[in-house]
Amino acid sequence: MYALNYVKVKSLAEAAKMLASNPEAKLMAGGMTLVPTLKQRLAQPSHLVDIGALPELRGITAKAGTLTIGAATKHHDVATSAVAKKAIPSLAYLAGLIGDPQVRNLGTIGGSVANNDPAADYPAAVLGLGATVVTNKREIAADDYFQGMFTTALEEGEIITRIVFPVPRRAAYAKFAHPASGYAMAGVFVAQTSDGTRVAVTGAGPGVFRWKAAETALGKNPKAAAIEGVALDAGEMNEDIHATREYRANLVRVMAKRAIAQLR
Amino acid sequence: MAKVEIKVNGVKQSRNVEDRTLLANFLRDELGLTGTHIGCDTSQCGCCTVHVNGRAVKSCSVLAVQVNGADVLTIEGLAKGSKLHPVQQAFSECHGLQCGFCTPGMIMATVGMLKDTPNPSEEEIIHGLEGNLCRCTGYINIVKAVKQSAKMLRGKKPAKAAKKAAPKKKAKAAKKAKKSKKAKKAAKK
Repeated sequence: MYALNYVKVKSLAEAAKMLASNPEAKLMAGGMTLVPTLKQRLAQPSHLVDIGALPELRGITAKAGTLTIGAATKHHDVATSAVAKKAIPSLAYLAGLIGDPQVRNLGTIGGSVANNDPAADYPAAVLGLGATVVTNKREIAADDYFQGMFTTALEEGEIITRIVFPVPRRAAYAKFAHPASGYAMAGVFVAQTSDGTRVAVTGAGPGVFRWKAAETALGKNPKAAAIEGVALDAGEMNEDIHATREYRANLVRVMAKRAIAQLR
Repeated sequence: MAKVEIKVNGVKQSRNVEDRTLLANFLRDELGLTGTHIGCDTSQCGCCTVHVNGRAVKSCSVLAVQVNGADVLTIEGLAKGSKLHPVQQAFSECHGLQCGFCTPGMIMATVGMLKDTPNPSEEEIIHGLEGNLCRCTGYINIVKAVKQSAKMLRGKKPAKAAKKAAPKKKAKAAKKAKKSKKAKKAAKK
């Protein structure tokens, strides 16, 4: 790791100020992606601005058809939260699949969504549920927020404060995890709402995406059989030593069917 | 440089270190607590697992300064004097190790898991130790050790310990000795 300056800020305003006056500064919450990245010298920030302990960024609350999760809420807290389990059980289930117990004890939802790793789990839920990413400056709809591999709508110095999830009628997440890394080779989040069904896919393509042809086929009453012949362009999938494009496209279909079968 | 003040195994420690110092290095190099092992150094293997404010974390992926003010528990802080912690005892009795390199991390992860899940199923044990790799054992005896630890922590005497504790009648004791030899053989297979 290159030398750097660590600052634990006491408020969101202080964090914003630090970012504004230090263009090479980076935000940090749990550090579960950032610290390993720094250790590999893949990044060289001048400052680490730690917002992980800010109380205004923590907590899980449900009201009026929404579930709100503070950006610095840890995966373990979401996975075990009675409030989250009751409102959107599939979201709590998804949080319990991220990384491993040690990672879930530190890693945060805001960190995961800000990083937008193409194989991360949370982006599938945020996009699949049509959540809103709330920052210190504005509210961003999930459909506008995710813009491909490690790319988001966040501007310089913008800080995610919370994610607001609309509570669906039913939802489910099915993940085919890479056996060594635990990352999704294909993870599909399906949400059935009063408007129809949303299908978000992580791990298979260069970034999280909605499988819109499947959404149309599923309509308001999703049944696994409905997506049997629905088009999914293998050319859009990732190809690497672990799987070909065609294999990943098939995995997406299989995971989608499993998710539909598990809707709750 | 940063001043890091943390409580480690109940003792207040204070050191001035570089901001980039990892907690694992702080424990090993600054405090000489080398029971916390660094295996992969890429947050895969879990050998460096310690508890920060009661939760298991991988100390190779945490900055020392990040946990300023925290309570840290390492493998050295588990035993009470010469009395092993039940999880340590179970790993010893079930031989939940071969080379032993991953063991401190396995034990710290197990202690963490059993706080959340005091009576884990085999599946829950495997899921709970997902962040820890062992390249020797094939995990069979590790899973056994976790099961036995869970029993001990729930206040039930494990079969083996009970045998050791009550070898009053000679005939019974001999029978049990035979049994445990058999069990050992079976375990080796």
